[in-house]
Amino acid sequence: MDKTVNQKAWFLVLPVLVLVAFSAVIPLMTVVNYSVQDTFGDNVFFWAGLDWFREMLESERMWSALGRQAVFSFIILMIEVPLGVIVALQMPKKGFWASFALVVMALPLLIPWNVVGTIWQIFGRVDIGLLGYVLHSLGIDYNYTQGFFAAWITVIVMDVWHWTSLVALLAYAGLQSIPDAYYQAAKIDQASRWAVFRYIELPKMQGVLMIAILLRFMDSFMIYTEPFVVTGGGPGNSTTFLSIDLVKMALGQFDLGPAAAFSLMYFLVILLISWVFYTVMTNLDKRDGV
Amino acid sequence: MEWMAWTWPTALFFIVIASLLVVFTVLGIRYPETPRTGILRIETTRGDRLFITLLGSAFINIAWLGLVGTNQAFALIVCLIYALAVFRWV
Repeated sequence: MDKTVNQKAWFLVLPVLVLVAFSAVIPLMTVVNYSVQDTFGDNVFFWAGLDWFREMLESERMWSALGRQAVFSFIILMIEVPLGVIVALQMPKKGFWASFALVVMALPLLIPWNVVGTIWQIFGRVDIGLLGYVLHSLGIDYNYTQGFFAAWITVIVMDVWHWTSLVALLAYAGLQSIPDAYYQAAKIDQASRWAVFRYIELPKMQGVLMIAILLRFMDSFMIYTEPFVVTGGGPGNSTTFLSIDLVKMALGQFDLGPAAAFSLMYFLVILLISWVFYTVMTNLDKRDGV
Repeated sequence: MEWMAWTWPTALFFIVIASLLVVFTVLGIRYPETPRTGILRIETTRGDRLFITLLGSAFINIAWLGLVGTNQAFALIVCLIYALAVFRWV
């Protein structure tokens, strides 16, 4: 029997298209228009061609923000992924404590970004914050508003605190899907704990870990609120990541042209990563036959 | 529309992209296709290849601007070669 092809359902997508046009497409077009012009306000524009793109590509400031961003994302991944897997391996498999652990792990994920920032901003303060006060009393020179290392460590530990749970929960879901028969076979073969991890658990977690890595990478690459609340990008520029720098440029200095060029290049990088993310995920699904 | 600060070159840029989308939609309706697997070892349709072409072209243009800096039009020729390669092999 021939299938009837009816494409009328596409009309149901129209409201979404209109919404996306107003919330994303039209603003993006405006950014493209801004990126090739210069303005001093009053809606008066002068043609600048590709000058802003050239300026941004030669800008020390953008490259160093990109460098900091890359280092930040790299450190985040190197800590959160192994730590998340370790946590997932330790979590109880069934019973009351399994549910309890799941709820506890999910808690940090429910807290809004700016609240997380505020929590750590206060927690790290030398005068009233528990962490800052204790470290200071121990004679450790910790002050995230002045010290480069203190600022970086605070921002990184904050992100680890906030997002390791996500990796752990994903890895836990991967672990739960392994049938008992695999473990029994490993036991019969007298496999070591490491061998069980290396040849059973890790391969079975591969798919979810891939998702976890890509999610964490994208999220950390676009991070804004938490470091902005805690350090404001300082001391100096030491924790000024890409989006913080972008906001400073666009809203702080009102350099619309350069900021537009910057954000378009930033957008392209994110688009590329998202595409890789999407492609890898759909191909993994196809391979696993899900 | 005043606030969007339109210029002819940017309008042309979007008209080209919009017409590409329309052409590919019409092609998709007139000549339905099955996805194929190319050198990237991922399944791609015409639309996917158009996306890869456009995204790659943006990076080619930026790279040209950063590394060569003059005669931006030549970057478009590179993009065209890239587009042909994508549609042939990816």
